[in-house]
Amino acid sequence: MRVFREANFKFLSARRHAYVVSAAILGVGLIGLVARGGLQAGVEFTGGAMVEVTFADVVETANLRAALTGAGMEGVQIQQLRGGGEGSEVLLRIPMEEGDETQARAAVGDALGATWAESDFEVVRSDALSSKVGSDFQRRAVLAVLISFVLTLFYLAFRFEWRFGVAAVIATVHDILITFGFIAVAGVEMTLSTVAALLTIVGYSLNDTIVVFDRVRENLRKKRREEYRETLDRSINETLPRTVLTSGTTMLALLSLAVLGGAVIRPLALVLIAGVMVGTYSSIFVAAPALLEIHDRARRAAARAAAHSAG
Amino acid sequence: MFKSVRGRLILIGALVLLCGWSLVPETGENGERLWPLKLGLDLQGGMYLALEVDTSADTLSEAGLNDAVDRTLTTIRNRIDQFGVREPTVQRSGDRIIVELAGIQDPERGKAIVTQTAFLEFKLITDGTGFAAALTDIDEAIVEVVGAENLAVDLLAPEPVPDLSDLLEAPAAEPGTDALPDTAGGAADTVGDAGETGDDDPSAETPAAVLRPLGTLLRQGEGPGIFLAPTQDVPTIEEWLALPEVQELLPRDVELHWGSEEKGVAGATYLELYALEEDPLVTGDRLADAGPASRDPTFNRPIVPFEMTRQGGRIFLRGTQGNIGRNMAIVLDNRVQSYAVIRGPLERRAQIELQPGASLQEAQDLALVLRAGALPMPISVVEERNVSASLGEDSIRQGRIAFILGIIAVVALMLVYYRLAGVLAVGALVTYVILVLGALAGLQATLTLPGIAGLILSIGMAVDANVLIFERVREELASEKTPRNAVESGFSNALSAIVDANLTTLITGAILFQFGTGPVRGFAVTLCIGIIASFFSAVYVTRTLFLIYLNRRVAKTLSI
Repeated sequence: MRVFREANFKFLSARRHAYVVSAAILGVGLIGLVARGGLQAGVEFTGGAMVEVTFADVVETANLRAALTGAGMEGVQIQQLRGGGEGSEVLLRIPMEEGDETQARAAVGDALGATWAESDFEVVRSDALSSKVGSDFQRRAVLAVLISFVLTLFYLAFRFEWRFGVAAVIATVHDILITFGFIAVAGVEMTLSTVAALLTIVGYSLNDTIVVFDRVRENLRKKRREEYRETLDRSINETLPRTVLTSGTTMLALLSLAVLGGAVIRPLALVLIAGVMVGTYSSIFVAAPALLEIHDRARRAAARAAAHSAG
Repeated sequence: MFKSVRGRLILIGALVLLCGWSLVPETGENGERLWPLKLGLDLQGGMYLALEVDTSADTLSEAGLNDAVDRTLTTIRNRIDQFGVREPTVQRSGDRIIVELAGIQDPERGKAIVTQTAFLEFKLITDGTGFAAALTDIDEAIVEVVGAENLAVDLLAPEPVPDLSDLLEAPAAEPGTDALPDTAGGAADTVGDAGETGDDDPSAETPAAVLRPLGTLLRQGEGPGIFLAPTQDVPTIEEWLALPEVQELLPRDVELHWGSEEKGVAGATYLELYALEEDPLVTGDRLADAGPASRDPTFNRPIVPFEMTRQGGRIFLRGTQGNIGRNMAIVLDNRVQSYAVIRGPLERRAQIELQPGASLQEAQDLALVLRAGALPMPISVVEERNVSASLGEDSIRQGRIAFILGIIAVVALMLVYYRLAGVLAVGALVTYVILVLGALAGLQATLTLPGIAGLILSIGMAVDANVLIFERVREELASEKTPRNAVESGFSNALSAIVDANLTTLITGAILFQFGTGPVRGFAVTLCIGIIASFFSAVYVTRTLFLIYLNRRVAKTLSI
């Protein structure tokens, strides 16, 4: 079986349409970001306490709130994790005073114990961090993303011409921004796992772009009598079966993870799926066009310089 | 690496055997089969604590802090060893101490054992006169610093302050409280003065309350040097007592300590405030042993017997001999646990009585922390994570299903798309899974939930190198090459893209490892191991399989 055998799409002629599509998606993401008042940072970055509880029976949010306020716990954010079926699984975000975060777990246990029997609920997970540790993680996450950018740029500059590196970084930034937009619109919480997913997307997106660029480099060496744009189109078309198949297998694996992997891992899987989709799209519609624009600009500049020195 | 197919097969076989061998489940002590992979706390359940030495009381030099962290680490390690948790981790990370307790049933108890300072002191209770005498000046200082208006609001709402003289006369029947009527007298004078200055206030009690903020709140406790404070006012009193102006007025050799448990008196709850002599008779440093805890049959209180060192015994003897008949308080972490009359000289053996409400287990835990020694400084928990074993089991089950289904889906796609070559790719994928799991087990890497996600993700990406190669071989075949030549040039032409792509992902993985903690590190480790294994399996193993296929017959065509 083969897909896109002898494909000959004029991807780069359609690049202006692609810019519109990218701009539209980025716009939606930006609106989502603003509408939600920024990214929703988890306790890992803000500090605070989060407790996950499972109940043997279905528990209404209102009843839960009543039990918590009855024990003097105000302002708890309640999120139901599992709809329908037997039992309930809820995530509680508890505002605690600085330094008292680690008492949230016991406080929740006591508050629920006043309403439900000990055997009817279980505190299955709790995270509590002081805001100092949270800002520590925040700083390290930003640093990690920046360092990975710089290092991969160095690597690309070392292996390819500089303009390839710039184009690849443009595509990767594009992917990261769109993924941030997805995170905002889908209401996924920013956690260490989400940052890990973002960094993985950086890796995947570059991986995909490199495969196309590797072919461009090879085709340029053959020095066919063709426009730069045609070489790019040819390279994309030649690698198209691989692009489609690899995203296909990766997506299959990730879908399996998103559907069957459970509630804890689902946000990570969703962010990765969005990232793989956008990473595949961007190597064709962003990275290659960026390379063309850089090339055209350089050529025009060279032509102007030549005209200048001739005149 | 090897030119001959046989050499290649031996290398692959050796690696697969090595990895497969590290995956064979070992049998545990009780005959149960042990999971060959080391599971993170998020998968097996347990508690993760990040602790910091609390330096708010003292300012330490860098070397001093370093030393304090090291000593704290040793003490915590001692306690955990005695607590009996399977494979605990206690390690230093910068100035923080990381404690991981896998499979712990009662996290709160574990946390208490790790974090309790367990600083034990034996101190004499003063007769209370020094403190009572200073009380008038202290009250004045409080009024001056905090301001009369603020006090009135604080004290009079929501409930009116009881009459001062009633409170102070109430325990007068008890002997040895002669200090307090003096105070009451002094207070009465002050009330008179206050009446003149604060006459615009309609409430008769207010001026007294305003000018005797602390004196009003405290009442005489069970014995000399012991006072009672209403529980709800304890934070306010603590604030006042912490004021530098007040600290200055406290008698030099007196130290105030709160009791450890509330007391109900006439429908209200109180906390005891003890005026103790500053110098301890002896401290817990001199403890040689503590426990086993038991329950006192007559008073139904848990008791923890202990034994002093030889030298500690001598110090204790000297201290108690001259003070027979006086009250001695047992102070644990600055709170008075209990007190007793010294009936005779005490030497090496004695016991600590806990409050009647305490459980026997608490007493046993106290014996444990006393045995393991006190922490050099208080510590605070800056990060705590708990996962129950049941949630961990769910995660493993779901992760396993997702992993298997992911593999099946990828295998199916490869077989449909590449037919025979797909079979080779599947062979490479199987090698890949064995290598990754084997490497994880062999390197003692910890498998976490995000790590499982990384594993599943890497299955999808592992076939990428194969896809790159196969597509290349197809192109070469299209340009009329023989199968053997097509495979040769397919591999060599695809190699640069594979190397570049894998190296960039490896860079990302390394950064993730550097920046992440726990679960994220697990993700980074599986991602990196996955990349290396996929490079080996897709390039080396697939090529070997191709060579075998092409060697067996003079192939005219290639099913790809």
